[in-house]
Amino acid sequence: MKYLCLIYDEESLWQKMSPDEMGKVMGEYNAFGEDIKASGHFIGGNALQPTSSATTIRVRNGKTITSDGPFAETKEQLGGYYLIEAKDLNDALQVAGRIPGAKLGSVEVRPIMVFNS
Amino acid sequence: MTDASTRAREIVESTYRSDSRRVLATLVRLLGDFDVAEEALHDAFAAALERWPVDGVPANPRAWLVSAGRFRAIDHIRRRARFDARHAEIAAELESHVPISVHGGDDDEIPDDRLRLIFACCHPALAIEAQVALTLRTVGGLTTEEIARAFLVPAPTLAQRIVRAKNKIRDARIPYEIPGQAELPERIDAVLAVIYLIFNEGYSATFGDELTRADMCAESIRLARMLAELHEDSEVDGLLALMLLHDSRRAARIAGDGEPILLDDQDRTLWDQAKIREGITLTTRALASGRVGPYALQAAIAAVHAEARTAAETDWGEIVGL
Repeated sequence: MKYLCLIYDEESLWQKMSPDEMGKVMGEYNAFGEDIKASGHFIGGNALQPTSSATTIRVRNGKTITSDGPFAETKEQLGGYYLIEAKDLNDALQVAGRIPGAKLGSVEVRPIMVFNS
Repeated sequence: MTDASTRAREIVESTYRSDSRRVLATLVRLLGDFDVAEEALHDAFAAALERWPVDGVPANPRAWLVSAGRFRAIDHIRRRARFDARHAEIAAELESHVPISVHGGDDDEIPDDRLRLIFACCHPALAIEAQVALTLRTVGGLTTEEIARAFLVPAPTLAQRIVRAKNKIRDARIPYEIPGQAELPERIDAVLAVIYLIFNEGYSATFGDELTRADMCAESIRLARMLAELHEDSEVDGLLALMLLHDSRRAARIAGDGEPILLDDQDRTLWDQAKIREGITLTTRALASGRVGPYALQAAIAAVHAEARTAAETDWGEIVGL
């Protein structure tokens, strides 16, 4: 079964980090990535640029409204994600709990919907 | 009706009372779905009512019921396959997965199934209210109405909570498994928290149906006993002891007019000595294990109070020493 692990944290934390601290976190992410590739959990994943680079689009009554920034103001922002293959929720949580972002912010684990064609 | 068939019917009924939850736990594991398992459970007992008076009571009634329930569930799914090809695959998949316990009558697997079910019902991915409702409904076998009455929520609200929880177990694939050593202490704590919450709901609430409330205390003690039987742990002993020691004072706690009576003023001859003895034995065992957690510690304090014949005799020195 596939799960999406959404990583939320405070963007400002990253902006405040020294190059050394940043390097340490990146090292943890690299090690984690290698680890879940080796265990067969990894399907995909990406880090996202900060919300300052985001654009939100809505279509209402055929009219397109484009605005800057994310949909809602929240303390933590979506900063990246992993798509993983796991046996069940416990297996997925075991992987998600090792994402370095879980220590800085939080990781939301969502099962992927399967449509029967 | 012959005597033998009357007796067979009585055995079906008593088996339902004593074993229906165990059979359900195994069916949930085999069929992987609460609702399908519940339907299969009822089919299995209906079949027993039909067959046992005629064929005689099987040597291992529980294994017979699991087997009957499983075959009927597969049969239902196969009949649905006429309308939807996907069900044919599900039926084939379920059929290929043959448990040893069904054929060999190996009972060892069955207690584990109940433990698996408790861990699924008390999974931290479910809201705490949902964990409580689902545990009482599935593991405890209480009706939705009974649970709703005890928790003072409308029955439809509670039914919805249970349905949502079952859906989440299915959709997010919460497994029926005993957690590995690394997660076990944390997951056991979650199960204990649910049991203690059920107990406190019965013990400390001052309103609601008296009888139902006492039932909640009895049910939480029963769940903890089952957990202690299935899994050796000093905190499980500690919680069971704590609840027994609290519950031993039930008769002395409330005055005739419904007002609570404080510990100092209670008539200690009303305390249930059998519960106190069992509570103290369990507390002693938990303390001796060397891994003393918060429940065992609270039980130890309650045990010192329970040992004192009068409030003045309470050994405060021992309590401080703990």
